[in-house]
Amino acid sequence: MAVETQQTSLRIAAPRVGLNKKRIKGVVRSILIHSALIPFALIFMLPFLWMLSTSLKSDIQLFIYPPILVPIPAAWENYPTAVIYIDFFLYLRNTLIIACSATIGAVISCSLVSYSLARIPWPGRNALFILTVATLMLPFQVTLIPLFLVFKGLGWVGDFRPLIIPHFFGGALYIFLLRQFFMTIPMELSEAAHMDGASEFRIYWAIILPLAKPALATVAIFEFIARWRDYLGPLIYLNDQNLYTLSLGIYEYRSQYGAEWGLLMAASVLITLPIVLLFFFLQKTFVQGITLTGIKG
Amino acid sequence: MATAVAGGAPRRQRLKQSTRNTINGILFASPWLLGLTVFWIYPTIASAYYSFTSFNAVQTPKWVGLQNYIQLFTDDSDFWAAVYNTFYFAGVSIPLAVIFAFALAMMLNAKVKGQVVYRTIYFLPTLVPEVALAFVWIYLFTPGSGLINVPFSWFGIYRMCWLTCPEMARQTLVLLALWIIGQQVVLYLAGLQDVPQDLYDAADVDGAGFLRKFWNVTVPMMTPVIFFHVVTSVIGAFQFFAIPYIMTGGTGFPANSTLFYSIYLYKQAFQYFNMGYASALAWLLFLVTLVITLVIFRTSRLWVFYAGGEQS
Repeated sequence: MAVETQQTSLRIAAPRVGLNKKRIKGVVRSILIHSALIPFALIFMLPFLWMLSTSLKSDIQLFIYPPILVPIPAAWENYPTAVIYIDFFLYLRNTLIIACSATIGAVISCSLVSYSLARIPWPGRNALFILTVATLMLPFQVTLIPLFLVFKGLGWVGDFRPLIIPHFFGGALYIFLLRQFFMTIPMELSEAAHMDGASEFRIYWAIILPLAKPALATVAIFEFIARWRDYLGPLIYLNDQNLYTLSLGIYEYRSQYGAEWGLLMAASVLITLPIVLLFFFLQKTFVQGITLTGIKG
Repeated sequence: MATAVAGGAPRRQRLKQSTRNTINGILFASPWLLGLTVFWIYPTIASAYYSFTSFNAVQTPKWVGLQNYIQLFTDDSDFWAAVYNTFYFAGVSIPLAVIFAFALAMMLNAKVKGQVVYRTIYFLPTLVPEVALAFVWIYLFTPGSGLINVPFSWFGIYRMCWLTCPEMARQTLVLLALWIIGQQVVLYLAGLQDVPQDLYDAADVDGAGFLRKFWNVTVPMMTPVIFFHVVTSVIGAFQFFAIPYIMTGGTGFPANSTLFYSIYLYKQAFQYFNMGYASALAWLLFLVTLVITLVIFRTSRLWVFYAGGEQS
């Protein structure tokens, strides 16, 4: 009896020692990992911090070497000056018109097409899906020139139409993303609605779209940010300075007036901040979208 | 769908259903059917045609046969500079990006506190508009006065020329590309979280150490993600445009060392208006990426492990 109890107590004691060791090991490990992660985090943050810090420097502070990180006093006036000199609000208006219209177009068209690919059995939909994925592999340079010539022929070059209208006709990445999502919605829902005599459009509108809100939000954010950041499209299609987007406007400002880093960095902060804020509020949607398009490919 | 209809149901109704499906399917897909034709299929064919012509976007294209391609290969040193730079960029930055993104994701996956915060920080640079990105980078890397020189000056190194000399400009851009791997980190992290825990438990039972588990469990299970990353980055590397274009004004300065393929193509098309020549460049690019992608797909049988076993 006594021996037995001793044994059991030993058995209980042994894991406890192990746990302690494990805990110490865990602490050491997490310290090690953090000490690797933190320097990287700093490197990844550095350009942001530097952008912010430079945007608050006066001309004199810009020339101090070695550079100072926190300018005192902060030259807040760089922001209003940059906004006026760069014609920020005009470019902001242009960017918003393009980005919002393209986003609406992408969400409507891509959700319709993915509905067809995911929820309606029709001959040819697999072929269409393969073609769709194939366009993802096609370098944009291949279509660049003929597209430009088409828009030139239509007389659209020089205004927003080439930057907006194509997005009303679907895009492979978003169609792919939404199709993957639509396929996860049980078919029984559609079948039940069919029994009740609902039309295909009604099922799409009243059942599938409400269920797909997270995926639609992902598409909307991705598209909005892509258009907000876009540089090549406006570079090719816009030539009137009054129609420039933010990216193009700020670039042109630098090539005209040279490197006024305080103002340029203030403008850079202003065009970066909205996206970063969007990201902070909608992080979950973002990560979902990236993994949805990435893993299943 | 058809099984839902009771056995005796008239065949006509079933037929009707399938025709209705076809009509609906095409109707719902019609925006993309149109978009695919007008914005993808037609331009792809048209640019193949233009690549055999001399064409300045104003006069009608003039058929010149293979002349554009011959000129590219035999009489265009800028073309070879662009090819070299692009391959250099792809060859150096892709392996580095795979290693870095994987390593960062591994560390994040170690269930440390603040995982979300770190992930956010690593992801942020991918969101910055390319103009802002390029500007900060130019400013940070200004030889002499840029912040990046400060740590080097501690070791008595003062003469780093960064983007202003042909020897370092390419490497500086590779460094910059490493800074925007946040999307891949998120992908690898998601992949790591999908590796079934029982595999690690089984390895533990067998007494496998960290390295063995890494090589024999983690890496094989992650090969599909690596595969996806490599394929998309090859395509991405050949499309590297906005950042080097903004940083150098599209000049390829210094000494063509930052003249990337898509910048050269853009210049031929929209600065010199050699639309035919630029189309030849575009198609060549298409064929090369296609071949590389196919090679990666072929070899993937040898190294990509699919847990489901659909492909072996």
